[in-house]
Amino acid sequence: MAAHLSYGRVNLNVLREAVRRELREFLDKCAGSKAIVWDEYLTGPFGLIAQYSLLKEHEVEKMFTLKGNRLPAADVKNIIFFVRPRLELMDIIAENVLSEDRRGPTRDFHILFVPRRSLLCEQRLKDLGVLGSFIHREEYSLDLIPFDGDLLSMESEGAFKECYLEGDQTSLYHAAKGLMTLQALYGTIPQIFGKGECARQVANMMIRMKREFTGSQNSIFPVFDNLLLLDRNVDLLTPLATQLTYEGLIDEIYGIQNSYVKLPPEKFAPKKQGDGGKDLPTEAKKLQLNSAEELYAEIRDKNFNAVGSVLSKKAKIISAAFEERHNAKTVGEIKQFVSQLPHMQAARGSLANHTSIAELIKDVTVNNYIEDCIAQKHSLIKVLRLVCLQSVCNSGLKQKVLDYYKREILQTYGYEHILTLHNLEKAGLLKPQTGGRNNYPTIRKTLRLWMDDVNEQNPTDISYVYSGYAPLSVRLAQLLSRPGWRSIEEVLRILPGPHFEERQPLPTGLQKKRQPGENRVTLIFFLGGVTFAEIAALRFLSQLEDGGTEYVIATTKLMNGTSWIEALMEKPF
Amino acid sequence: TTTGLIIFFQSGRPLGAGVRLGMGLRMNRTKGDEEEYWNSSKFKAFTFDDEDDELSQLKESKRAVNSLRDFVDDDDDDDLERVSWSGEPVGSISWSIKETAGNSGSSHEGREQLKSRNSFSSYAQLPKPTSTYSLSSFFRGRTRPGSFQSLSDALSDTPAKSYAPELGRPKGEYRDYSNDWSPSDTVRRLRKGKVCSLERFRSLQDKLQLLEEAVSMHDGNVITAVLIFLKRTLSKEILFRELEVRQVALRHLIHFLKEIGDQKLLLDLFRFLDRTEELALSHYREHLNIQDPDKRKEFLKTCIGLPFSAEDSAHIQDHYTLLERQIIIEANDRHLESAGQTEIFRKHPRKASILNMPLVTTLFYSCFYHYTEAEGTFSSPVNLKKTFKIPDKQYVLTALAARAKLRAWNDVDALFTTKNWLGYTKKRAPIGFHRVVEILHKNNAPVQILQEYVNLVEDVDTKLNLATKFKCHDVVIDTCRDLKDRQQLLAYRSKVDKGSAEEEKIDALLSSSQIRWKN
Repeated sequence: MAAHLSYGRVNLNVLREAVRRELREFLDKCAGSKAIVWDEYLTGPFGLIAQYSLLKEHEVEKMFTLKGNRLPAADVKNIIFFVRPRLELMDIIAENVLSEDRRGPTRDFHILFVPRRSLLCEQRLKDLGVLGSFIHREEYSLDLIPFDGDLLSMESEGAFKECYLEGDQTSLYHAAKGLMTLQALYGTIPQIFGKGECARQVANMMIRMKREFTGSQNSIFPVFDNLLLLDRNVDLLTPLATQLTYEGLIDEIYGIQNSYVKLPPEKFAPKKQGDGGKDLPTEAKKLQLNSAEELYAEIRDKNFNAVGSVLSKKAKIISAAFEERHNAKTVGEIKQFVSQLPHMQAARGSLANHTSIAELIKDVTVNNYIEDCIAQKHSLIKVLRLVCLQSVCNSGLKQKVLDYYKREILQTYGYEHILTLHNLEKAGLLKPQTGGRNNYPTIRKTLRLWMDDVNEQNPTDISYVYSGYAPLSVRLAQLLSRPGWRSIEEVLRILPGPHFEERQPLPTGLQKKRQPGENRVTLIFFLGGVTFAEIAALRFLSQLEDGGTEYVIATTKLMNGTSWIEALMEKPF
Repeated sequence: TTTGLIIFFQSGRPLGAGVRLGMGLRMNRTKGDEEEYWNSSKFKAFTFDDEDDELSQLKESKRAVNSLRDFVDDDDDDDLERVSWSGEPVGSISWSIKETAGNSGSSHEGREQLKSRNSFSSYAQLPKPTSTYSLSSFFRGRTRPGSFQSLSDALSDTPAKSYAPELGRPKGEYRDYSNDWSPSDTVRRLRKGKVCSLERFRSLQDKLQLLEEAVSMHDGNVITAVLIFLKRTLSKEILFRELEVRQVALRHLIHFLKEIGDQKLLLDLFRFLDRTEELALSHYREHLNIQDPDKRKEFLKTCIGLPFSAEDSAHIQDHYTLLERQIIIEANDRHLESAGQTEIFRKHPRKASILNMPLVTTLFYSCFYHYTEAEGTFSSPVNLKKTFKIPDKQYVLTALAARAKLRAWNDVDALFTTKNWLGYTKKRAPIGFHRVVEILHKNNAPVQILQEYVNLVEDVDTKLNLATKFKCHDVVIDTCRDLKDRQQLLAYRSKVDKGSAEEEKIDALLSSSQIRWKN
């Protein structure tokens, strides 16, 4: 079902299976037929864990989305609400339950909080007079969700804002909890490295949590050699730039949510030729993007400029393969051909999709980009991205320039954005120059962030993901694995937050004796979000023959510059 | 549609076509100097190799692949994951909701889906989550102090996996089973989702110890739960005083108050902490929730004079003045429009109210509907320009866009005409004439008009490019003649219509013996 999760060096299917087991156990507690009422936000993340078939095996007969008034009719014994612990959702649940009561035959109600139970929500249910109606009230701690064979995310949109703006560490606590779950499944990680204030906090929490578990010794042979915790604010610059990998561009332009993307339908012809004309689809085309699709796995991390040639090569191969049917004369040959058909069809379908997507991206990118985005609705975000980019690269803007930008933005987009500008300043994305030295050139030179001779087709360095700019975050990871951070002490001191190393001692039986040539496995956790281009760069490093390290990536949120700035904007309550 | 353009040509040089965010990084790499960061022409834009070539290659691949359809799609793709048109894999959770929600559940492309989609849209009005994690964010948009008053009831509730009947019991009956949990035990239990009463912690010292335990666990939910308890049982002064020396807890409280919208306590807190700017911003933020324009205006008035930074103070004052203006203009124009006597409103009915629009949009509006008004009226563009100190560039750009949209070419002309003291007129454009040409073209200006402004572009290469792009033949021909560039003129001959006046003109020039061609 989710075979792509086990392709990587670390079998993330183990994690998926563990959370599925928990889900099954909960469902079985509510004996008999059931209906699930979904907080719609959760269906995305849950989709990565379970399909309807799993639920059906456990007698889930109906599913609804949570909305006001009464529930749709359903002849089931149990009604289970799957919700985030949010007060406004409690109000809707209460409405559902109360109108159900009046209707007659009583059903058993249950509530599953994701990712955690909240006493305050239960208080709200109590105030509304329905708490007593629930038999089971439990929590489902879905902290880290497996997205792909080497990728985990908490999908917590507000994490960056909460950590760096509000100083609320709740999402760090959950990151630490997620890491404890991972260690329970994949063994204690012997070495922890980190850079940044939040990284320090998470490491502290992990060490503390481990101390509390003194009762049982983890006897699983460790899969991960290292953990690297990185604060997003160590590298504020990278997400501001436009990602130029195939997957990165899809995300920049259309936005990838829970591994799905919605695309304008025009480029996707209706399925059968006969349907053409009349029923042109008007609904967005939704596609899942992950390494389960062979072609996508091959092109996702390439620079967009290298994608076209791969697609055209593939098109030629597949056309030739289909032509083979004319040569199939004997029954045996025909049989042979037919047996390959399913695979060829899959390949053809996926090729058709990706040529269409590439075409869409091309249409967007060749246009006059900046002007277009100013005319568009979300243009303010793009403008803010540019301004922040300039500020971060220069260790701040001259006061005069900053004031000028501010005034232009406020006059053009509205005075209320003064609040957003303050948020950006607080997060360090926008600031006046303080007269001190501009450290960026030192960082840039030492870490070789700007590469002149970038090869987009056959890259030799991670800088290909931004056509010449190497993401600082990934360079830090690369240098940690070889030759080690000692070589860049000076730069590490310039970058914000402490850097540190912790060891978690292992019993001798669990200590690994690495075979010569065997790669290390590093789990790298981005606190505050990670972009697809950074992921691409890390995958590039994993694949290097003499790289020595393979990476599994975890984050609080998969993001891009737009979704990031959007999360920092001030909206009405 | 010109709003905001000006931000990109700070030095009079717009970032060119195709320059994208990612490219910013490659600019100016030889000079580390930040000064010229934006303005330098050295940056190399990311371009797609052989653009047309590759696009056609893509299109060809697509054709090839699609042509296989007829052959393939006769039998259904049994081995593939089945996907409905909307792309949900058949069997996925969101697909199944649509499926099982309907009674028939037979056609996932049919009416049922439409029905459920409607229900989705009503759902979509729910606020988007900022976080699934932070307790504070659970309260977003809700102010029901009532439910927090009795928080301790929730905390002294029955054990985690309790059953309904127990909850019905009167409060007195389920006092804590154990009364001697230490603060650290209590916090640990709270963290595990178990419940226990906080009421027992009566002395200030106990309460603070409880808070410190919660903070040391880092679990924001527990910290907030304890803070709510403290907020309820301590006086404001003591609470603030104690939190001032406990920064982590203080930040959690501020975040919590922001999320539940307890504005009053938040402002008191900022006042106590002497954080004057945050106090001012928090107060100002409230205006976002006020829909009624008059009330919003009155509220903004109360923001003037709050301790903002000097620049921000000016912006806040402007915000108030702008809304005040907009209310007057809106009332007046709505009246004019409905009376039906004013030509401009009859010909170009207003698409939306001007209330709460940004300043530049308001200026555009006033250039569109009130261009000729005397400076004394609130709605006149000149008055807006003066009141809000709108820079020349911004003003010209906006006025140009508005007048070009109305095809009022005389106004456009006047915009760039300056008279010197001798009475001679001169054309001058603070935004550069290349910019003027682009905007005119976007508004479908006729060639004669375009030509006039293309001719005013100073840089010869830019002029030639623009003239070629917009088919201003005369300008191209004259420029080639002035440059004595026979080759280029010859090449251009193939671009004009056969037998046209332009062709004749080119031929005449080419055969002229008066010109000493450079090539």
